Amino acid sequence: MQYLLMIYSNPDAFGKMPPAQQQQGIAAYQAYTEALKQARVYVGSNRLRPTSDATTVKVADGKSQVLDGPFIDSKEQLAGYFLIEVPNLDAALSWAARCPGASHGTIEVRPIWQ
Amino acid sequence: MTAPGEQSAARDLAAAVAHRSYGKLIALLCCRIRDVASAEDALAEAFASALARWPRTGCPVNPEAWLLTVARRKLIDLTRRRRSGETAADELVVRSELADGDAGETPIPDRRLALMFACAHPAIDVAVRAPLMLQVLLGLDAAMIASAFLTAPSTMGQRLVRAKQKIREAGIPLAVPEREQLPARLEAVLDAIYAAYAQGWSDPSGTDVARRELAAEAIYLGRIVSDLLPEEPEALGLLALMLHAEARRAARRDAQGQFVPLAEQNPADWNAAQIAEAESLLLRAGARGAIGRFQLEAALQSAHIHRRRTGEANGEAVLQIYDALLELTHSPVVAINRALVLSELRGVSAALAALGGVEIDARLREYQPYWAARAELLARAGDLAAAREAYEIAIGLEADPAVRGFLQRQLEALTRRS
Repeated sequence: MQYLLMIYSNPDAFGKMPPAQQQQGIAAYQAYTEALKQARVYVGSNRLRPTSDATTVKVADGKSQVLDGPFIDSKEQLAGYFLIEVPNLDAALSWAARCPGASHGTIEVRPIWQ
Repeated sequence: MTAPGEQSAARDLAAAVAHRSYGKLIALLCCRIRDVASAEDALAEAFASALARWPRTGCPVNPEAWLLTVARRKLIDLTRRRRSGETAADELVVRSELADGDAGETPIPDRRLALMFACAHPAIDVAVRAPLMLQVLLGLDAAMIASAFLTAPSTMGQRLVRAKQKIREAGIPLAVPEREQLPARLEAVLDAIYAAYAQGWSDPSGTDVARRELAAEAIYLGRIVSDLLPEEPEALGLLALMLHAEARRAARRDAQGQFVPLAEQNPADWNAAQIAEAESLLLRAGARGAIGRFQLEAALQSAHIHRRRTGEANGEAVLQIYDALLELTHSPVVAINRALVLSELRGVSAALAALGGVEIDARLREYQPYWAARAELLARAGDLAAAREAYEIAIGLEADPAVRGFLQRQLEALTRRS
């Protein structure tokens, strides 16, 4: 089964870190990605730009409304995702727990509609 | 035409198989496709076929294998009816199982444990784990479960449907977890069984059949786990705890249905066989050398029974068990019971001081035993006005009329003293 691991975290936290710690954080994600690939469960991943760069679109009565900012205004925002292919939820959860995002934020695990 | 004797023989056999093997058959039917709801439907249809067929053809030698084969065919029909990309794959899985699992002679493997771990998976809402186990492993219907858990039948039905859907769609594995995850996951299974037992135990009027049966069913689930995981001390501990409580079920009401506290129960009214089994389970668990909450709670029951039977004072041992339990659980309920023991051993002021520490917990404000314990301690300390007030609150919080009556008699006795 495929699962999307969505990383929710506080976007301001990363910017406030000293550069050495930022480097460490990025290295942790690289190592994690490498581990997923080694285990042959990696399907894809992306890091998202901060919500200050987000734009929301909605069409109502045939008119599109475009708004600056993210869909949900909350302290923790979607920061990136990993798409993995594993046999079951337990395997997905154990990969989610290893994701660096689980330590500085929260991972939502969602099965892909197949 | 079939003879009425054969009709009833078929009915009796089907009922016996449903009683002893329902969960085994469901577990086998859904172990690969993880579709609990379809497995339940398929098995229900297989039982209906059995009742129609067995009176004419005679009862099969291995009824479980007969039902399994028929149910697997029904499962293929069901998945075909809902055909889409995913269920075509399911059909292949079921077909391959049908091909290699058709022999009526081979013993049916027991996959119930795997199913229990799925029902008590951390991804399933805690409140629905116990009801889910009762339905999936024992075939209890939603209305009966709802009544025992004080929930509207439609609400309970929806929760169960949603939980089964989650098992299927989120990919919750029907498997016994790996060694490293086993302790935490087993704890969830045992907690769910104990929750079912506790619902069955509370039985306010003492006459609620659904609840009394629930206690027996929870013990049955506890037996499955301790039979299939005989090396796990906490599984044995839970079964011991439930058997100890069950042994005194009848003794906690007198002939008029009034509540009788443990200290006033007649040990002759206890079920000696259940107590003996509980004690031997506890010994076996203790030999594994890994203590846990359920073993400690069972040890407490064991100590109470020992004192009542022999008259030996064992308060210090009881206090030690409470200390260990409190350290393990940090439960305010444990803290209250510990304070009562402390009052016997170290005096009322030590107990009230210990109870003072747990007072801050907001949940306790609506917890009857807290106020009853407080009232008892205050009464012993001579603060009768405060004791009366605590009894009033305890009485106001109690839902069981028998226990309420008991508390009211305590309050009356107190009023006579002052």
